[in-house]
Amino acid sequence: MSVELIVFILLALTAIGTGVGMLLSRNAVYAALFLVLNFATVAILYLLLDSPFIALSQVTVYAGAIMVLFLFVIMLLGAEQLPSELKWKELIPAIVLGLALLAETVYLLFQKISITTSVDTASAEAALSDPAQAAARLFSNYLLPFEVTSILLLVAMVGAIVLTKQEKKKIERAN
Amino acid sequence: MIPIHYYLILSAVLFILGAVGVLIRRNALVIFMSIELMLNAANLSFVAFARLYENLNGQIFVFFIMTVAAAEVAVGLALIVAIFKSKHSIDVDQLNSLKG
Repeated sequence: MSVELIVFILLALTAIGTGVGMLLSRNAVYAALFLVLNFATVAILYLLLDSPFIALSQVTVYAGAIMVLFLFVIMLLGAEQLPSELKWKELIPAIVLGLALLAETVYLLFQKISITTSVDTASAEAALSDPAQAAARLFSNYLLPFEVTSILLLVAMVGAIVLTKQEKKKIERAN
Repeated sequence: MIPIHYYLILSAVLFILGAVGVLIRRNALVIFMSIELMLNAANLSFVAFARLYENLNGQIFVFFIMTVAAAEVAVGLALIVAIFKSKHSIDVDQLNSLKG
């Protein structure tokens, strides 16, 4: 067993464990912290896959910005725990459905992809892990989608402001 | 050398954990986190395939998914805050009326 495989298995177990921890923790703050750990382990998996830039943006965007936003809202609302959360009776059908979906996915994976295809680290192409190459591709072939995402971010920003501001106006009118 | 299957199966397991989370949780914030977990699982298989075929397009797609996820979280959390202001709860079982 190679070192890489051992690292992968450890990371995979951590990722799955933190995912399960997120599902089963009653406190939303703990769930968010489990998710941060999950994103960090997935970032290390990206490093294993020779994508250092993706790994770093995963840490900054997901584990940094998005989860800070989550924690901020959880603490702002003070809604860490709900009384009617996680009843075992409702858990069982969901778990059965999830296992069925997993079995189908794994079956299809093994049917469609031959077992021999493996991620070979020896033949790593330098271009793949080079951010400059990715940027060149992003600003040439994918320029239009890139601009569209900038509009999407603008719309999201305006939408978030409008959604949280409307309530204030209503209160003023009521007064 | 790690077979591509391992990454894909890990991605599938993470995706299904997210899907199960959407089914079993009542807290709207945790449901949102489960959706993030699913997006992340999709990203993992994108990067694995990009590595397998030594093609940068997969990585570019991961950037776009991250952008969409960030936009989705901003709007979604704004919605949750607005709902909490009017209903004083983020229990999705109590959000069963369409009246404003």
